[in-house]
Amino acid sequence: MKIHLCLTGIKTIILDCNNISQYSVFLINSALMNRRDIMSAVNPDQYSYPSVFIYGHRATGKSHVVLSIMKDLELPHASVDCVECVSSGLLFHQVLSAFFGPDAAALLPRCPSLSDFVRLYKQMSSNSPATQTRYIILDRAERMRDMDFSLLPALLRLQELVNDNVTVILLSEIVWEKFRPNTGCFEPLLFHFPDYSKGKSLVQILSWDHHPSYTPELYASYINILLGVFFSVCRDLRELRHLAVLNFSKFCEPLEKGEAKESDIHKLWKNIEPHLQRAMQTVYLREVSSVQWEQQQMDEKEATTLRVLSAHAHIELPYYSKFLLIAAYLASFNPARTDRRFFLKSHGKIRKTNFLKKHEKTSNHLLGPKPFPLDRLMAIFYSVVDSRVAPTASIFSQISSLVTLQLLSQVGHDDQLDSPKYKCSVSLDFILAISRCVCVCVRLLDLLALSLVIQSQVVRQERSLFTAVSNLHLL
Amino acid sequence: MSKRRSLTEAQCVSLAQKLLRERLCHQKLPDRPLALDSQYKHLLELLRRTAVHGESNSVLIVGPRGSGKTMLLGCVLRELMSLKEAQKNVLLVELNGLLQTDDKIALKEITRQLHLENVVGDKVFGSFAENLAFLLEALKKGDKSSSRPVVFVLDEFDLFAHHKNQTLLYNLLDVSQSAQTPVAVLGLTCRLDVLELLEKRVKSRFSHRQIHLFSSLSFAQYVDAVRSQLSLPPDFPDPKFSDAWNHSSYTQSLFPLSAFTAGIFKPIHLFLSVSRVSVSHSTLHEADLLEASRLISADSKAIILHGLSILELCLIIAMKHLNDTYDGEPFNFQMVHNEFKKFIQRKSHSIHKFEKPVVMKAFEHLLQLELVRPVDSGVCKVQREYQLMRLMLEHGQVMEALQRYPQCPTDVKQWALSAFA
Repeated sequence: MKIHLCLTGIKTIILDCNNISQYSVFLINSALMNRRDIMSAVNPDQYSYPSVFIYGHRATGKSHVVLSIMKDLELPHASVDCVECVSSGLLFHQVLSAFFGPDAAALLPRCPSLSDFVRLYKQMSSNSPATQTRYIILDRAERMRDMDFSLLPALLRLQELVNDNVTVILLSEIVWEKFRPNTGCFEPLLFHFPDYSKGKSLVQILSWDHHPSYTPELYASYINILLGVFFSVCRDLRELRHLAVLNFSKFCEPLEKGEAKESDIHKLWKNIEPHLQRAMQTVYLREVSSVQWEQQQMDEKEATTLRVLSAHAHIELPYYSKFLLIAAYLASFNPARTDRRFFLKSHGKIRKTNFLKKHEKTSNHLLGPKPFPLDRLMAIFYSVVDSRVAPTASIFSQISSLVTLQLLSQVGHDDQLDSPKYKCSVSLDFILAISRCVCVCVRLLDLLALSLVIQSQVVRQERSLFTAVSNLHLL
Repeated sequence: MSKRRSLTEAQCVSLAQKLLRERLCHQKLPDRPLALDSQYKHLLELLRRTAVHGESNSVLIVGPRGSGKTMLLGCVLRELMSLKEAQKNVLLVELNGLLQTDDKIALKEITRQLHLENVVGDKVFGSFAENLAFLLEALKKGDKSSSRPVVFVLDEFDLFAHHKNQTLLYNLLDVSQSAQTPVAVLGLTCRLDVLELLEKRVKSRFSHRQIHLFSSLSFAQYVDAVRSQLSLPPDFPDPKFSDAWNHSSYTQSLFPLSAFTAGIFKPIHLFLSVSRVSVSHSTLHEADLLEASRLISADSKAIILHGLSILELCLIIAMKHLNDTYDGEPFNFQMVHNEFKKFIQRKSHSIHKFEKPVVMKAFEHLLQLELVRPVDSGVCKVQREYQLMRLMLEHGQVMEALQRYPQCPTDVKQWALSAFA
């Protein structure tokens, strides 16, 4: 099958479809892309516009299309990924060696400046003048903003600076407005690579890597189920392909076991859907690696829980560390005024006033943990722990190890030995998980429930609350 | 009956494309720059005085991007070099602020362009001034009475003002004032306040001569300018084709375009329309120009919003509501998640509850697209969920993107339109 691409009205380039991938064929044929515009704007035989900026979401085919055009038409090009170019010298080196050979690149001085690069380029191009337009393709061009400030504006007008027929193509995810330097620059041509629509394009592309031993219709229905779960969360083609490949064996399990036929979509759906939901919480978030996921599928007779990265269950803390952490959480999220009421054994008068000020109702939960001094932490700790604990060095060293584990974070300067301040960096779910492990007495659970009540901003009648609190301390 | 075979249509199109591309992309110098006559004469006169009579001068050419500074200079230099006396004597040194980012690099470049590398050899100079004086001394002719005039062209002049101590500028302008060597210093810049950037000692040595290039064209002049840029020259081999081309009517479509062209001499939209010309479509139509202007004026952020997932869109709507409620104060992820949860619990039917880490991943994708930016960019000791951010989109952009979003669920749209979240 041959595709005719019409360029400048004279040449029709005939691309042989056996060489390029199906993906390119799809993109060439699809009416979505304004590839004709790109092809005519970057004209290989005549002067083309000095710089072109192509933007679009991830995995929409930007690099693939541009590089496949370059390879198929055999145009002189230098493809550089800006993530690799830690210094601009690496970029210059790659460009010169792609166009003029490694000898030319070796002529660059040690730390080449842009001036050296332009001079050398002019020298080389006057020795070997260009018959066709040369292309410099800069992938992930958003990194160029962090390099020398003059690199981006200079590359955009490189054609003018070196007086040669060269075009710079920038590919990026981020829009052009965020690239423009303060005093302006040469404006490139902007092209947008549109994202895929669910129905026509995405399903079509994903169905291309179907397993040979099953029918394409089965795979298409599997893709539809997968998109039903994941499409509202993520539209990245690479992620969806990865998930599709990982979970297909689980999908085909009932077919292999003989429990269902290919047309039994509902049964297959019932089998795979909870599995996909679990995948969303683990593999999609990279909490487990794909290898672990596949292994878990293979030996899943009993529904074992996966060892996830941020699993709270398997962090083993010493006994008192758990109490210290719980005390830190209470200290971070309860205002200091309320400590007296909650933690003192003998409570004075019960006043009718609101124990939460208005501004604290929203700020407690949403603005994050507040710093507290060490003394307050120890005071709450002693009232939370059920047995008598002596303030030995082992207790204090546990605080330091909690800081190292990044469960607590130290606020303020390191050498403030007098009264260090800390903040609790864990969430309520973690604390609840810990307190479930510890043989916690009723009192502790009530205290946590109390802070939950505070956070949910529902303060029921104060009277009942005060009586509840006072009852706690009488236990 | 002409003996010469007329060119085929395709060859005509290709030749027309070649000529126009050379003019539009490659910035080929026209015979005379449009609408810049007085500035042209002024500059030419100044340079003639330096080249022929040996007077030192300094001048700044100031104008916004695309107003024709480099083009004007190119035309003037071309005419200058056609004068017999100038051709033999004048040396040209071209420096660019983007390339020569340091005074040392600039000095090396000057040495190279004056072809004095051998003369300098391995000498070490104490200061910039000594080096420059040595170079200019070396240019003196045999009888040491007069020296060849040098024209220094400093492109992106404002960037030279950011060098340390502005030594290059100081020394060049000093030479231009001290009447030893006839030197002309020409600066080109797009900043109108460039004189504020100069130090006092540099500013006092500058002659304060400025040539401003502000394009103040009426619409009729603009139309003429565009026509002259797009028309084929009279010596085109196929006169019938060039007639048809030059008389194609597209004046009507130029009116909306005249409002936002960046500079008359950097015509992106003209280029885009020219590039659409092919065998099947061999003259320029209005539709081409309008299509080109539509492509240029498209809002790229709204286009990016089109490709987001529904969860990410809901997060953006939640942020928009937070902005409306709290008058643009920065928010953090916890607040956005809170808003989103309120929506899920009360109003939504189609979107089911997602776990917090999944929502966090969607939020981080928005961070990577730079639609949301942290207030203090830098490493903070605050947890990720509590770091303060701002939304980089306007209310109007979000609403417009929502209209164009494919298969947007109605409850999400209703939520966006409601005044109370």
